[in-house]
Amino acid sequence: MRRYATTRLVQLVAIVFLISVLAFLLVHLLPGDPTVAILGPNDTPTARHELLAQLGLNHSLPLQYWTWLKNIVRGNLGASFLTKQTVTNAISVAAPIDLELIVVSQLMAFAVAIPLALVAARRPNKIFDRLATTSTFGLLSFPTFVVAVLLVLVFAVEFHLFPATGFVRLSQGLVGNLKSVLLPSIALAVGSVAVYFRLLRADLISTLQEDYVTMAKAKGLSTPYILVRHALRPSSFSLLAGAGISIGSLFTGAFVVEVLFQLPGIGYQLVTAINSRDYLMVQGMALVAAIAYVVINFVVDFLLTVLDPRVRHA
Amino acid sequence: MRFLHRRPHLEFQEASELEGPLLEVEDLHTSFASPRGPVRAVDGVSFSVDRGRTLGIVGESGSGKTVLVRSVMGLLPPNVAERSGHVRLSGHEISSLSASEMRDVWGNQIALVFQDPMTALNPVVRIGRQITESLRLRAGLDRKAARETAIALLESVGLPSPARRLRAYPHELSGGMRQRVMIAIALACGPRLLLADEPTTGLDVTLQAQILDLLGSLQRERSMAMILVTHDLAVVAGRTDEVAVMYAGRIVEHASTRVLFSRTRMPYTEALLRSIPRLSQPSHSRLRAIPGRPPDLSVRSPGCAFAPRCPYVQERCRRESPPLRTAGPGHKFACWYPVGSSEGDEALASNLEARVPAALTFAGRPELRAGVVSASKSGAG
Amino acid sequence: MPEGPGLATSKERRRAPGDLAVADIGTRVVTGAGPVPPRVDGTAASDGRLQKRSRMGVLFWVCLAWVALMVLLALAASVLPLKSPTFQDYSAVNVGPTLHHLLGTDDLGRDLLSRIVFGSRVSLVIGFASIALGMATGGTLGLLAGYRGGASDTLLNAGSFVLLAFPPLLAIMVIEAFWGRSLWKLTLVFAVVAAPQLFRVMRASTIATANREYVVAARAFGSRSARIMVRELLPNVLPAAISFALIGVAVAIIIEGSLAFLGLSIALPTASLGNIINEGVQNNNLQLNPYIALWPSLYIFLMLSSLNLMADRLRSRFEAREGKL
Repeated sequence: MRRYATTRLVQLVAIVFLISVLAFLLVHLLPGDPTVAILGPNDTPTARHELLAQLGLNHSLPLQYWTWLKNIVRGNLGASFLTKQTVTNAISVAAPIDLELIVVSQLMAFAVAIPLALVAARRPNKIFDRLATTSTFGLLSFPTFVVAVLLVLVFAVEFHLFPATGFVRLSQGLVGNLKSVLLPSIALAVGSVAVYFRLLRADLISTLQEDYVTMAKAKGLSTPYILVRHALRPSSFSLLAGAGISIGSLFTGAFVVEVLFQLPGIGYQLVTAINSRDYLMVQGMALVAAIAYVVINFVVDFLLTVLDPRVRHA
Repeated sequence: MRFLHRRPHLEFQEASELEGPLLEVEDLHTSFASPRGPVRAVDGVSFSVDRGRTLGIVGESGSGKTVLVRSVMGLLPPNVAERSGHVRLSGHEISSLSASEMRDVWGNQIALVFQDPMTALNPVVRIGRQITESLRLRAGLDRKAARETAIALLESVGLPSPARRLRAYPHELSGGMRQRVMIAIALACGPRLLLADEPTTGLDVTLQAQILDLLGSLQRERSMAMILVTHDLAVVAGRTDEVAVMYAGRIVEHASTRVLFSRTRMPYTEALLRSIPRLSQPSHSRLRAIPGRPPDLSVRSPGCAFAPRCPYVQERCRRESPPLRTAGPGHKFACWYPVGSSEGDEALASNLEARVPAALTFAGRPELRAGVVSASKSGAG
Repeated sequence: MPEGPGLATSKERRRAPGDLAVADIGTRVVTGAGPVPPRVDGTAASDGRLQKRSRMGVLFWVCLAWVALMVLLALAASVLPLKSPTFQDYSAVNVGPTLHHLLGTDDLGRDLLSRIVFGSRVSLVIGFASIALGMATGGTLGLLAGYRGGASDTLLNAGSFVLLAFPPLLAIMVIEAFWGRSLWKLTLVFAVVAAPQLFRVMRASTIATANREYVVAARAFGSRSARIMVRELLPNVLPAAISFALIGVAVAIIIEGSLAFLGLSIALPTASLGNIINEGVQNNNLQLNPYIALWPSLYIFLMLSSLNLMADRLRSRFEAREGKL
């Protein structure tokens, strides 16, 4: 077990390292001169030259990378040349928003998908199952932004129940905070519900054919009990893995929702930074987002191993 | 050891007040829908088991014995299997009960010991919970009492250090231990009838004997009736009161064990007996397998189902299916040319002359019938 | 990384229960179903033709027809008798569906039908072309790597790990922001991002098939690698490949649509469907003229449903029947 953990950890470090290289290369190899954007109307050759030297952009690529890496290790991810805000600061402000969005939306998704799947798997291909499967299938075909638009139309414009834009921080009040997060979370949850439902349903159906389920039945245990206490846990592996991927990619994947609802999360910041050619910001955020994705997947993988006692002792 | 009785919704008579058999199965049919037509896994089976007695059901794989067991218990969902006939427990008709009503029967009255403990035990649930959940949910015990009972149960099935085992997962135990746990689970709520489906398949011979001994002693202690399902005649020898032999979904011979072994009538039973390897045979003797394969249960031919493989087969066998006849008290069989009768001997002789393949294989060694009788005398109890 | 222990050569790797390939889960996440193990052997096919259950189903063909029709429309857009998508007719602003403007007009008087057809061009070209490219590169590599195994396979596998670990959306946004937003550039970027995923998916599929008995048998008979690949492997991996490709197209359309919605896709004045939806949301248009947002959303919904349905049908039709009854 310990050996497994250390191997995975080593892999994690290696991957993170490679990602940093990728993030760096991505920004630096692309055409488009950042100095043009920075200097704007003051773009003269001398000014440019000075700026290049100042930013260290006239050094060789590997040297630049090395400098950047050194800075990262010291906790300095650089700063936005526009707002003069440090990248770390920007991230620490934006990340909690994403976290909240993710937590709320995934909780909602689970709360809907799990009971739905439990009931549907009990009688596969009968009425309830067909209904549930078809409707979730339909949900899959609605891109998140379309869902978001519909939600805004119905709830914010028509009924004025929830705000169409703007984020209210927790510090400013729980109710306001939840209200501002609700619609975007629903938009995100809709896509996840379909996926989670299908993953869980498929696994449940195959689990319910196992001998130990028949045995539980032969013990006289009730069906809800068997579903929840015997069938659910062995069937949740795909669900967990899928959730890991979903969550990991939501950090950036939520950007549509963030922009639409004007929530200043990481995705939103990233889009702004990209548009203004704020390359240091892009680099730093890309790195953090990628690392978050990788780490989450590793954690999920680990959890899966922990949850399955067969693997643990194998 | 405590017996646990919860008053079920249906009132089953206390076993001691019982008159008549504990379990009665009457003309049970079970079939499955398949693309090629209905598969008749159980095709008109009738038998009964008295309290405290053991019935052995023997047959090859594909004979329908596992389906029979599950069908008797009512475990097959109605949309999967079509069932007709009667099953009575202590005189109560249980074949017409709904699933929720059957839940009172399962575990409390009838318990099933599954064939493969590795698949029948939930791999992600600890052993302790798999025992205590029926105790707590069916018998209403609290946590402490359930735990103690579980430990006592594990002790009674011969599992060493039971308290520690409660926290174990199934894959941490050996095959024999898992089987004992299965038995403990089955007995948890004090059933009156125990169905053991191939309880020793996959275990080595020593373990087999231990498990079977265990089942026997538990049965005697609790005065349970037991049905032992197996493909191995050697298992039922000496451990059952009666034996029913199944072939192609029907019972083809049913007798008390001693009679079955010594006065075999049905050729299939005889072939099964002969196929048991014996220590008395010289080494490198060929195993006497029964040639051919069990029939396809979706196709119902008019004659006897064993005809294609039978050494005694005659024209009549292929045309008419033999009914169950009585050969003696409690001895039923289904054959036109039974073993040990004059018609049978003539049939076999003419087949040998006509070089019928099944007869030739049968006659591989001349000391056939004598060998069967003497071996069964020493083997049967 | 959701992949199992080690970047070891995968062919003989024992899979622990929690050990799920990113490829598998990626597909499962999108289809919500298991990965597509290809058909086992010929007998299934011969039985299949007799059984009603295993035909593709009317719905499949309907969806295929619809998609094909839409693709044709998009490709032939310039030669079709459509009104100009950019001409702003101020006398016909926010008109509902009429004979003259079959789907109505938007707030600038532009014909919605032609806007949508030309807009679908962008979405469909990017969607289909990028996946086709990705399959041709990543998919083929996956097939080769999965079949041959060995050092090259390990290397490619490790490479795809790293590439996949990088959030794809991010990569797309960054690259196209810095590089440019013409149609072919976008297609290329999408293809590059899709290739690693398609690589892993095809590799997993190939490995699953390559270890099947009939391939091993063909090898034992001495058939050459190329022959085996084409005759034994390909026919069985193909349905899975097409299924993944269709899902990939659906995902690509979604991503492109999301980016376009935010103005981050193709450069204006060319409008993609996402752009149109965005216009439909601005300036109170949702209340004034919901058609602007409605028609493109409907189009996307139908397109995605068709693609998903076809992929699903392919998967279930060709899934190998393993395990018990």
